[in-house]
Amino acid sequence: MTRITAGRRHPLARYAVLLLALGLLGGLYTFVASTTGRADASIAAGRADDVAEGKKLFQQSCASCHGLNAEGSNVAPSLVGVGAAAVDFQVSSGRMPLARPEAQAPRKPPPPWVNETTIRQLSAYVESLGGGPTVPAPEQVDPAKGDQAKGGELFRANCIQCHNFVGAGGALTRGKYAPNLSESTPTQIYEAMITGPQAMPVFNDSIITPEQKRDMIAYITGVRSQVDPGGAGLGRIGPVTEGLTAWIVGLSLLVLAAIWITAKKRQAK
Amino acid sequence: MTDNNHDIEQPEGRVPKRVIGTPSPATGTSVLGGDERPGDRGVPGVVPQSEETARKGERIAAFCFLLTLLGGIAFIVSYVVFQVGDIDSARTSNVALGGSLALALLSMAAGMVVWVRLVMPKYNMVQERHTMASDGQTREYVTETFKHGVDESGFVKRPLLRRTLLLAAAPLGLVPLVVLRDLGPRYSDFPEKLRHTVWGEKTKNGKPRRLVVEGTGAPIRAADFNSPGGILSVVPEGYEHDLNALAKATLILLKFRPEELKSGTNLNWTHDGIVAYSKICTHVGCPAALYEQTTHHILCPCHQSTFDAADGAKVIFGPAARPLPQLPIAVDEEGFLVATADFAVPPGPSFWERGDAEATVRENGGHA
Repeated sequence: MTRITAGRRHPLARYAVLLLALGLLGGLYTFVASTTGRADASIAAGRADDVAEGKKLFQQSCASCHGLNAEGSNVAPSLVGVGAAAVDFQVSSGRMPLARPEAQAPRKPPPPWVNETTIRQLSAYVESLGGGPTVPAPEQVDPAKGDQAKGGELFRANCIQCHNFVGAGGALTRGKYAPNLSESTPTQIYEAMITGPQAMPVFNDSIITPEQKRDMIAYITGVRSQVDPGGAGLGRIGPVTEGLTAWIVGLSLLVLAAIWITAKKRQAK
Repeated sequence: MTDNNHDIEQPEGRVPKRVIGTPSPATGTSVLGGDERPGDRGVPGVVPQSEETARKGERIAAFCFLLTLLGGIAFIVSYVVFQVGDIDSARTSNVALGGSLALALLSMAAGMVVWVRLVMPKYNMVQERHTMASDGQTREYVTETFKHGVDESGFVKRPLLRRTLLLAAAPLGLVPLVVLRDLGPRYSDFPEKLRHTVWGEKTKNGKPRRLVVEGTGAPIRAADFNSPGGILSVVPEGYEHDLNALAKATLILLKFRPEELKSGTNLNWTHDGIVAYSKICTHVGCPAALYEQTTHHILCPCHQSTFDAADGAKVIFGPAARPLPQLPIAVDEEGFLVATADFAVPPGPSFWERGDAEATVRENGGHA
């Protein structure tokens, strides 16, 4: 305690306190609880009454916004014709059911009732309303079968303007954002491309073929395991974090060093 | 301690030579003239470090120098141990080399600062400026030498030598002006080059130029681009990799439900709800392609200019002054999308000679 009291009047004390406070604030801000719960594997169930079961689930969990017959309302779109792929994407990534209406439906852990069976039943019901894109087969989205180099070229031409060159995501207008792709499963990436969830545009199979989509999935999942040859990746969002680090951290350190080098010592009386 | 020493008599108006780091003559504590006093101790203005502080400083500085030693050795060891060859090993090598060198240089600097601050005595000092001009004698000597040289060289007496030398130097003086030419297109071509893109040129076989997908180079069948809310990055056929051409000609292709399009969009230039806009932001030319299919916003990531894609890409937010130019498109006999003409207005950011190209288009009823 006496040491702290003695150091309180040290010429560098105020900078130390400032740095400590800034660091504490930044640390708290970036602290994000990442809980990635995933529903248990499904219980085997017959497909025959999937539509009926799906309708029940829909009326319990979705109908309050999307309407009793999925016809939509002033707060939610119609689900007629969106297809099984849209349901699988939205429910498996936890975006639907929505916690609260806001600009963006964020990825979150799905509620406990969500599992493979219930998603299949819901999908079957929504598909029965008016067709739409279906859930891709596992080999259709297998990253091992894709060509990362070709996929990277397509990804850079069509996706990075919003999702960033390694899929780190980025801001859009009025509170919306393009999400980070680091947790998306290959199936979810494929479904997002063919259904265009939320603000995302649609990339249908006749323009970007399923093989090209698989190449892109190979790139998106492959780039996650790439190392950053330049050292720390700083979130891989490019010049923003690098500039902030250089200007705020680097320059502050230089200024502090300059103060330390030239500081005058109080002269004894 | 900043007493000026103007009051002190200077012999012959000359300022005594000073060595940086020595006390001012005002304090009379010159450490050079050791003959007039026994030592630094007790001299006013000079505060020696206590032996305790000095010893502490000595230990810290020595520790820092040992860190430098370790850092230097670590650099050499890392250079030998971490061989490069692929990205993973290059990263390890970069971190090891950079880290050890930074440790070595930083600790050496820190050690020296500690040395100065804790071991060496402290005092304030004033360093006088000396006059810039040389004295009269020196100036006279230089003038004489110069004149002598002029006489001996015959620069005045022999005009042939003088004139040929000047003549020889003239083209060399023009060289920088000539090289400026490489900074851009010839001035007279400049505005015209900015006005036109390769979309206006005919292809070799005389047919309209097709739109192809950026990345694959595949032509786009209008019937395939059929999902409302779709977007594609599009380049001109034949110029897929010509960056100079693409800097002006790159497009984004959007698919709408017909009822979504508003009056700002020129429907004659669309095909079945498919609209092509320049991808180059009209503010400073960034690629604006952050498209939201729900709101039809096209957002430019550089300065947040936002365009309403359903309404002729008119500006709804941000610093851009003009809408993104719309390219007239149609389908050829095989059903592929083609450009029927160049942009009606110059795409991309403003330039001096641009004028109000939009007004000209309006007066001419939609044609350039």
